[in-house]
Amino acid sequence: MADKYVGKRVKRTEDPRLIKGLAHYVDDIGLPGTLHVAFVRSMYAHARITGIDTSEALKVPGVVAVYTGKDIATKIGPVPCAAALPDLKVPDYRVLATDKVLFVGHPIAAVVATDKYAARDAAEILYPGVELEELPAVVSIIDGVPTTPVIHEHFGDNIAYKLTSGEGDIEAAMKAADRIVKQKMIHQRLAPIAMEPRGVLARYFPGEEELTVWSSTQIPHLLRTQLALMIGIPENKLRVITPEVGGGFGSKLNVYAEEALLGWISMQLGKPVKWIESRRENVAATIHGRAQVGTVEVGIKNDGTITGLRYNVVADLGAYHQLLTPAIPTLTGLMLSGAYKIPAIQMNVTGVFTNKMSTDAYRGAGRPEATYVVERVMDVIARELNLDPIEVRRKNFPKADEFPFHTATGLDYDSGDYEAALKKALDLSGYQKLREEQKKARDNGKLIGIGLSSYVEICALGPSQAMPAGGWESATVRIEPTGKVTVLTGASPHGQGQETSFAQIAADEVGVDLNDVTVIHGDTGIVQYGIGTFGSRATAVGGTAVLIAIHKLKEKAAKIAAHMMQCDASRLSFEAGCYSKQEAAAAAVTGKSEPVVPVGEGPAGALHEVPTPTNGRNKITIQEIALAAHIAKELPPDTEPGLSATYFFEPKNFTFPFGTHICVVEIDKDTGETKIIKYVAVDDCGKVINPLLVDGQVHGGIVQSIGQALYEEVVYDEQGQLVTGELMDYALPRASQMPWFDTDRTETPSPVNPLGVKGVGEAGTIGATPAIVNAVVDALSPYGVKHLDMPVRPEAVWRIIRAPEG
Amino acid sequence: MKQAISINVNGVDYPGEVEPRMLLVHYLRDVLGLTGTHVGCETSICGACTILIDGQAVKSCTMFAVQADGSNVTTIEGLAANGNLHPVQEGFWECHGLQCGYCTPGMIMTSTQIIDRNPDPSREEIRHGLEGNLCRCTGYQHIVEAVEYAAKKASA
Repeated sequence: MADKYVGKRVKRTEDPRLIKGLAHYVDDIGLPGTLHVAFVRSMYAHARITGIDTSEALKVPGVVAVYTGKDIATKIGPVPCAAALPDLKVPDYRVLATDKVLFVGHPIAAVVATDKYAARDAAEILYPGVELEELPAVVSIIDGVPTTPVIHEHFGDNIAYKLTSGEGDIEAAMKAADRIVKQKMIHQRLAPIAMEPRGVLARYFPGEEELTVWSSTQIPHLLRTQLALMIGIPENKLRVITPEVGGGFGSKLNVYAEEALLGWISMQLGKPVKWIESRRENVAATIHGRAQVGTVEVGIKNDGTITGLRYNVVADLGAYHQLLTPAIPTLTGLMLSGAYKIPAIQMNVTGVFTNKMSTDAYRGAGRPEATYVVERVMDVIARELNLDPIEVRRKNFPKADEFPFHTATGLDYDSGDYEAALKKALDLSGYQKLREEQKKARDNGKLIGIGLSSYVEICALGPSQAMPAGGWESATVRIEPTGKVTVLTGASPHGQGQETSFAQIAADEVGVDLNDVTVIHGDTGIVQYGIGTFGSRATAVGGTAVLIAIHKLKEKAAKIAAHMMQCDASRLSFEAGCYSKQEAAAAAVTGKSEPVVPVGEGPAGALHEVPTPTNGRNKITIQEIALAAHIAKELPPDTEPGLSATYFFEPKNFTFPFGTHICVVEIDKDTGETKIIKYVAVDDCGKVINPLLVDGQVHGGIVQSIGQALYEEVVYDEQGQLVTGELMDYALPRASQMPWFDTDRTETPSPVNPLGVKGVGEAGTIGATPAIVNAVVDALSPYGVKHLDMPVRPEAVWRIIRAPEG
Repeated sequence: MKQAISINVNGVDYPGEVEPRMLLVHYLRDVLGLTGTHVGCETSICGACTILIDGQAVKSCTMFAVQADGSNVTTIEGLAANGNLHPVQEGFWECHGLQCGYCTPGMIMTSTQIIDRNPDPSREEIRHGLEGNLCRCTGYQHIVEAVEYAAKKASA
């Protein structure tokens, strides 16, 4: 493959429609006669439904129908959970509440009206008609498993599951230690807040018996399968289309009650129905992330060597399981070795039900928790032993020649050079100088802190054996009669830029101009089955599927080329999208050559030319072959007409990107406010297809980390009332609060896929959080601070600073 | 009772009748079909719905259509003149100032006001100017670079 496009900062091909306001998100699609749905949702965290009177709502002009839990209880299947854990308790999660509401935002009724204002009016009018008997709520997990009341009475308690994971003799490892370091840590509840809220448009054609569902989702095919099962429509009569998707961050890696309900309502009424989530609904009833409270214990030798690590954790799952809810903490267990050699690791997790929205995969999904635990405790160890945090990390790194590296969490890290990334970050930040400056600043009464994090993450999810519903990804690549290249990918993006990055891969591999490639995704009526975009998997798994599909396609193209030029395929070379006859001797020496630079003026307009007889020609382009393959007059015997290939790529392992982030903060003594004054990130995501996109992923990920470290928290009060229910209360990072990021990379190719890529979508969110908190703790170390919980609010810091004054 | 209004949007006069409670953003999107302006929060926090009214950046999700009666509105669809991208649009494309694209129309409209008011803004001034617009994807750095690019281009 020639690197004409791969590895270059190629501008995104999807951008023109987005910057002109001409793209189509779900709410931008209008179908004639569309009815609008509004939901009546619980304002209580826990209450028994004793009656619903819909009569007043039905009187509102424009209202067509009102549905309650009773109407649909037996007609739509439960919201699915794909996570399979031993002895997992799975509550019956109906799309509308039946006898009890279990969280603020729990849908009780759906109102259908001719316009959205009428639908919202009727929902407001309906609410007083809902008789609720309030019950005490289960809210906090800070002090362990809440025992009363029991949310799902038939389970007997609020424990959804208990699981122990890890390898090695943890008791012996702890005994072998010179000392044990212990730290409790809170990973607060976060809201993903994709800028486009969720939205669904459903249209049923009663004649054709076909249902089309447009949904803002990360997983069109998995959604189709699950909706077919829930609604009871044959899967081949259901088409899911994900138009433009305005961000996901894991929150749209799910199957939601509203998606099934809208499809079902459209089937009842025979009309298109639309629901667009309000931001208030989004904060209350779209999945949350994190929400773990755990204590880590680490056995250490006096030189800083780690002998073992144990993490006892309670995970707040919320009231129900969404698609992957119980599985998220297991990902934490997988990554507890971090970037270190730890002979014995054990995680004991207790997943508990609470009267809150479900937690599930939010960018990083279980790995940020692990990285935070490990990287935070490395600093606690350094403080305990009075060592530089860097020395403790270096002491426990596996060396570059120790890969593949087996961890006591059962993983085999594919490749890595942790020291190289650390060193690059230290050099880039001028670490030694920073420490000197910090000392001077302290002498002048300023509070400066330096924090770092050397993270490893797990990406390219993943081998199917380790995934709930398939870990492969698919691609179909066609060369159309006009020579245009069509790529169909199952990895439907939501901002990542796969239309560009996959086109880069295809253009280089086929040897055509980037503009001749179109990447199609997100329509189950067009694209072969796929898994979706999440877990930093799209390029490593989906991009590889594209690459190998092209290899398959070219095998056929070469046979046709050989036939057309009347020579043996072994005498052909392929370069710049063109097959050439080679002298036998030369071919034997060089083998199949790779395409090289520019093809911009590729013969795309070949359709209107009658193919010239190829006898005696020495060169033929792959685009000419595509035309010949469709006209099918000059094909070798027993060759299928057409030129397309499909490949389903099953990865043999995950990939393990890594890096070091260094953060410098200054704390305002008067206000307690933390300001990030320098941020250096060195990430290694393997081979890079498009550095521009990688930078964007890294920046965005770090900012979500900063949000977690300093600002964001979904707060429920002691009654389970959602306090941060709007963007007025839920503090998202703003441009003026963010620092400039100095980013760089090391490049350690992954041996897991032929592209050598690892994935980068979640690196920032995984690697950055501990670096920031470590910096804040470092800044406050003169006050004896050893740990602070997130988000580190100015008030908490201010109180620490003020405390000595009494 | 419906009220008669006339709003000039992107250079075209649109006379019409609307319910007094209809939000301007819904009028633009649902009545005029200009769906480039997005709704992100309904509380004036996120800025996805930012448009220009008589040259001022305004959040159209918390303004009634009747309040815009008689004004000149520019939406994202009206920014590219004669098919040429506005320097801010160009900057967003060149500098990878967008990922999912949902906040982008609002970001771009706000950015045009930033460089209108200050043709040579510093990075701090750009960040200050973007305070009313939220982006969850980019981390803002590429957006700041996009505005810098646009400022240079516009004053060139």
